[in-house]
Amino acid sequence: MSVEPLIVAESISKNFRVSRRTLRAVQRVSFSLQAGETLGLVGESGSGKSTLGRLCLRLLEADEGSVRVGGQDLAKLSPKALREKRKEMQFVFQDPMASLNPRMTVGKAVSDALRIHGIGTKQERLNRVEELFTRVGLSPEIIDVFPFELSGGQQQRVGIARALALRPKLIVCDEPISALDVSIQVQIIELLRDLQKEMNLGYIFISHNLGVVQYLSDYVMVLYLGEVVEYASADDLFEHPSHPYTKVLIESILSVPSSDAGRRELIAIPGEVPSPLSPPSGCPFHPRCKEATDHCRQEKPLLREIASRHQVSCHLYA
Amino acid sequence: MAVVMTNVAATKRKKRSQWGLAFRRYRRNKLAVFGLIWVALFLLIGVIGPYIAPYNYQTANFLAANSPPSLAHIFGTDNLGHDMFSEIIWSVQNALEIAFGATLVSFLIGIVLGMWAGLRGGLADLIIMRLVDSMFAIPTYFLDLILVVSFGRGMGPILLAIGITGWASYARLIRSQVLSMRNSDMVEAARSLGASQTQIAWRYVLPNVMNSMVVALAFGIPGDLTVMAGLSVVGMGLRPPLPSFGNMLAQSGVNVLGYPWLMYFPAIVFAITLLSFLFVADGLQEALNPKG
Repeated sequence: MSVEPLIVAESISKNFRVSRRTLRAVQRVSFSLQAGETLGLVGESGSGKSTLGRLCLRLLEADEGSVRVGGQDLAKLSPKALREKRKEMQFVFQDPMASLNPRMTVGKAVSDALRIHGIGTKQERLNRVEELFTRVGLSPEIIDVFPFELSGGQQQRVGIARALALRPKLIVCDEPISALDVSIQVQIIELLRDLQKEMNLGYIFISHNLGVVQYLSDYVMVLYLGEVVEYASADDLFEHPSHPYTKVLIESILSVPSSDAGRRELIAIPGEVPSPLSPPSGCPFHPRCKEATDHCRQEKPLLREIASRHQVSCHLYA
Repeated sequence: MAVVMTNVAATKRKKRSQWGLAFRRYRRNKLAVFGLIWVALFLLIGVIGPYIAPYNYQTANFLAANSPPSLAHIFGTDNLGHDMFSEIIWSVQNALEIAFGATLVSFLIGIVLGMWAGLRGGLADLIIMRLVDSMFAIPTYFLDLILVVSFGRGMGPILLAIGITGWASYARLIRSQVLSMRNSDMVEAARSLGASQTQIAWRYVLPNVMNSMVVALAFGIPGDLTVMAGLSVVGMGLRPPLPSFGNMLAQSGVNVLGYPWLMYFPAIVFAITLLSFLFVADGLQEALNPKG
C-alpha cells in the first residue's frame, strides 16, 4: 500500500531485570496499523500486552527493534521532540482514578494537556475542554469537580477527553473498560467506536475480553508469555482460529445461549500461565497444549504466514 | 425551558474545594480546634506582644524581686524583679521566630533535596540519602550545641543551627512520597501528555505531597521549640536578658521550692503550647489524609 502506516513496530523486545533474573516481557513483536484501524492485543495477565502498549508510545524504552509513528522512529527523537510528538499519540489507562491527579479538577486535568504544549489562551482552553466534555458525554457542569467525586465511567470519560485534547492520531487503550461495570463498559465501547469513525483514529486496544476485541478490532494479536502466537484480521481469527491457544481462548468466551440446544460445556485451559521469569523450553504454550509433541517441547516455533495477513507460531502449521 | 435553565444555573459550577472538605473534617476534632485557637492566640501575641506587655523585658524592679503573683505582677516576679507575665509574652515572640524560622529552614532544605533525590534517582539519590543517614546517625542535640557554640548565641545563629540539623526527616519523607508516585499511572499519564520533568514535579507530584508536608511541618514546629528550650537548659539558648521559655524554666529550677510561680506559669504556658501544636498537627493529619 502506498499510504504510510500510522504505526509500524519492527521486532520490538523488552526485558525487565527482576531480582537479578531476566523477565522477557515482550519478544520480537512486529505489526503495522493504518489510520482508522484498530489492533486488538489479547492475552492473559503477564502476557506482555500492557508492556507492548507502552513500548508503542515509548512510555517504556524498547531493548530491541523500532517503533515508527507517522514515519518517525520514536527511539531517535530527542526528549523535547518526543514530548512534541506525544500530541499525536495518547494513552487511555485501565484505572482512570489512578491516572488522574487527585488534586486537580477534571477540567484542569484535560486543559493541562493543552497547557503543557502552550496551546491557546485560558479562555480558549476552557472552551475546548467544554467541547471535549460534551463530545465524550460529560456535562460541562462538572468541570470544577475533583476526580473522586465522579463514578468510574465518568472518570474514564475524563481520561478519554484528556487523550483527545491534543487531537491525536493514535490512541493506546490499556484495558479501558476492565475496571467498569458491564452496563458502562458498553457505553464506553460505543463512545470509542464513534470517536474512531469521527476522527479517523488508530487504536491499539488491549484487553483480555475477547468479545470486546472481536467487536472493535480490525486486526487481533494474541500474546502468550510475551510472544505473538497468532496475528490475523479479526474476522479471520475468530472464524479460523489456528493456534491451539487461540482456539481455547475463543472457546472460553462466555455467552448466553439463545436456546437449550445452544448450551455447551465450558472448556477451561488446563494449568496456569508459567512464570515469565522461567518460561518453558520450546513452544511457550506446550505445557498446556493438548496437541503438544516432543518437537514442541524442544524447539520454539517461528511465526509463519499461513494465509494472507494471518500469522501463527505453531509447529502444527510448519 | 425556562425552568430547566434556572435549575441548571443553580447547580452550575458548584465550587467544592478539598480544603473546604478538609476543614469540615478538622472541625470534628475538638482537641484540634482548641489547639488551633491556642496556636492562633500564640501567633497573635507573638505579633502584638511587645505592645501589650505591661513591662519591658529589660525592666528590673529590684524592690519587687521574687514577689508572688499579685495585681501588679499577675504571674509574680523573678529574682531580678522582672515581671514574669511580660517575660512570657516577650518569650512568645522569640519562640515563634526561632520555631518558624528553623522549621522553614529545615523544610526548604528537606523539600529541595527530597524532591531531587526522589525524581532524579541514581547517584543524586544515593548521595542525598547517605547524607540523610549521617544526619540521623549524629545526635542532633549535640550538633546543635556545637553549631551554637561556634556561631554564637544570637537569634539568627540559633535559628540556623536548629534549622540545618532538622532537614533530614523532611527530605526522607518527601523522597519516599515522590518515589511511590514516580511510577504511578498519574505521572505516566502526565508523561504521555508530553509534560516535562519540571511540569510533572510542580503540577503533579508536589501538590500530592503537600498534605503530608503540612502535617510534617505542624509536627516539626513543637519539635524545634523543644530543641530551643533544651539548648537553654544547658545555657546555650538565647542570651539573657532576651527572655525565652527555656531560660525561664532553667532558672526557676533552683528556686522551685521557694518561688514556685517562677516555674508554674512558664511551664504551663509552654506545655499547653507544645500540646496545642501537636493537637493541630494531629487534626491536620486526620483532616488531610482521610484514607489513613
